[in-house]
Amino acid sequence: MNPPSGNAGAPLLEFDRVTVRFTDVVALEDVSFRIRPGETRILMGAAGSGKTVLLKTAMGLDRAASGRVVLMGEDITRRPETELFDLRSKVGMLFQESALFDSMTIAQNVAYPLLNQKAIKMEREKMEPAVRDSLRFVELEQTMERYPSELSGGMRRRVAIARAVVTKPPLLLYDSPTAGLDPITAHTIMALIIKERDVDNTTAVVVTYRYQDGNLVANFRYNPNSGRLDPVGSQGTNTIFMVLRDGRLAFEGAQAELEASSDPYIRKFVKRPERDAA
Amino acid sequence: MLDVLKGPVQAVQGFFELTGRAIRNVIAKPLYLNDIFLQMDSIGVGSIPIVLLTGTFTGGIMALQLGRELQQYGQTDQTGTAVSIILVRELGPVLTAVMMAGRNSSGIASELGSMKVTEQIDAMRALGTDPVKKLVTPRMLATNIMLPCLTVIDDFIGMVGGWVIGMIVYNLQSLRYWTTTWQALGWSDVVQGLLKPFVFSFVISLVGCYFGLNTTGGTQGVGRSTTQAVVVAAVSIFVIDLFLGKIFVSGQRGL
Ligand SMILES: Nc1ncnc2c1ncn2[C@@H]1O[C@H](COP(=O)(O)OP(=O)(O)OP(=O)(O)O)[C@@H](O)[C@H]1O
Ligand SMILES: [Mg+2]
Repeated sequence: MNPPSGNAGAPLLEFDRVTVRFTDVVALEDVSFRIRPGETRILMGAAGSGKTVLLKTAMGLDRAASGRVVLMGEDITRRPETELFDLRSKVGMLFQESALFDSMTIAQNVAYPLLNQKAIKMEREKMEPAVRDSLRFVELEQTMERYPSELSGGMRRRVAIARAVVTKPPLLLYDSPTAGLDPITAHTIMALIIKERDVDNTTAVVVTYRYQDGNLVANFRYNPNSGRLDPVGSQGTNTIFMVLRDGRLAFEGAQAELEASSDPYIRKFVKRPERDAA
Repeated sequence: MLDVLKGPVQAVQGFFELTGRAIRNVIAKPLYLNDIFLQMDSIGVGSIPIVLLTGTFTGGIMALQLGRELQQYGQTDQTGTAVSIILVRELGPVLTAVMMAGRNSSGIASELGSMKVTEQIDAMRALGTDPVKKLVTPRMLATNIMLPCLTVIDDFIGMVGGWVIGMIVYNLQSLRYWTTTWQALGWSDVVQGLLKPFVFSFVISLVGCYFGLNTTGGTQGVGRSTTQAVVVAAVSIFVIDLFLGKIFVSGQRGL
């Protein structure tokens, strides 16, 4: 299911001159890119620049007015909603506000995709261990029977990550996983994202305002023995940065190119001198 | 001029689209039975106290007013007839529906509205469920079943209210009151009295769902759609009642 990283195979997600409009705003304009298996994309941009809309359009939750969205080889641009459910089960999404279901316990939240995605055929007996594994991954196994309202914002984010990865999807979309969190919790969450990438070889898009998040993803690797993040050194990781400005893609490229950019808007995202280590 | 109409026309179109999808999902598997029972409990059983209260007092006040009028013609013992016809044909269905709009259209709109603004609706779509099937259809079916039941309760308890007032204020005989009450009702009254709540139940549930699912603008937006849902549902009930009343009145003239 998970192609090895570095495989220059068919793109998992392709945007071809995509424009998304709402009644009085153009949220995305003429955006094109291709994400290949094994890549991690760091998506940056000011508030309202269209980051969330980009992720939602990738899953067909928001619809393109023009252009083409191809997800795992299938053109989803004008597919009716009912035909998208199977494809969506191959994508995990962390929503900006976590979007846990208030009326369900943590365990029920994490089990929800297993129970409701028809393409996921898992026997009932295997669900409970899968949910437990997924919650152990985010180190919240003890909260299974509690409700989302009883957890802190950072814990809710982690539960939402557990829900996104429980079906082991090949593509993960993380919407602002570190926004509004203290530096320590933010670091924990980034470490989880890196761990998920390195353990399951997933392809991911990570939305963030913090340059250090991108730097962490680009230059550190999860060490399964120590459970910590180790610097990768010169070989690097397959990480590509993207910057959105007012719905347009202002930058796409490697970290070195980003840091070398002279564009003042892009420089604002890079100017974060504190390169905190793991 | 056309721009002014565009909003409302789109809203009406959107509402009927939602109605169509909600009804089509009744026969599509999976049917979320658990959700239907949960909603029947919260929408139906939860509304019983309010129905009992309004029912008793409307029945009582009707007996009080009509009894005095009938006294002038020496017809006080026809109070039961008047109370039961007005209750079963009109006041029972309409008052119950309006109370339910106040309680449940708003409840549904605010619940779905909060889910919308916290991205829970999007999460549902992302995780393999159609929100119309999971949220709208169960609420619609639950209201379809419960509103006629609540209306019957309201009619009956209204008659009880009328009976109590009749006894205390006009010294009516209990047997006489209940016989006239019973004899006053024909089949067409019963059909009318049950068909109306069935029609209103679509309005109450679907208007709530429509405004909830179309909420924008954060928590403030939730407040706005809640208010709009109650106003639109209540007004629609009165308008539809007039049309249904017209159909029944012209239908009876032929008999
Ligand atoms: N459902 C919607 N209806 C109308 N406008 C929308 C909708 N969703 C997004 N927009 C608009 O699209 C633009 C981009 O929004 P988006 O949520 O993608 O921003 P963002 O980059 O995620 O910002 P933030 O960092 O604050 O989350 C904004 O102007 C927003 O108001
Ligand atoms: Mg956003």
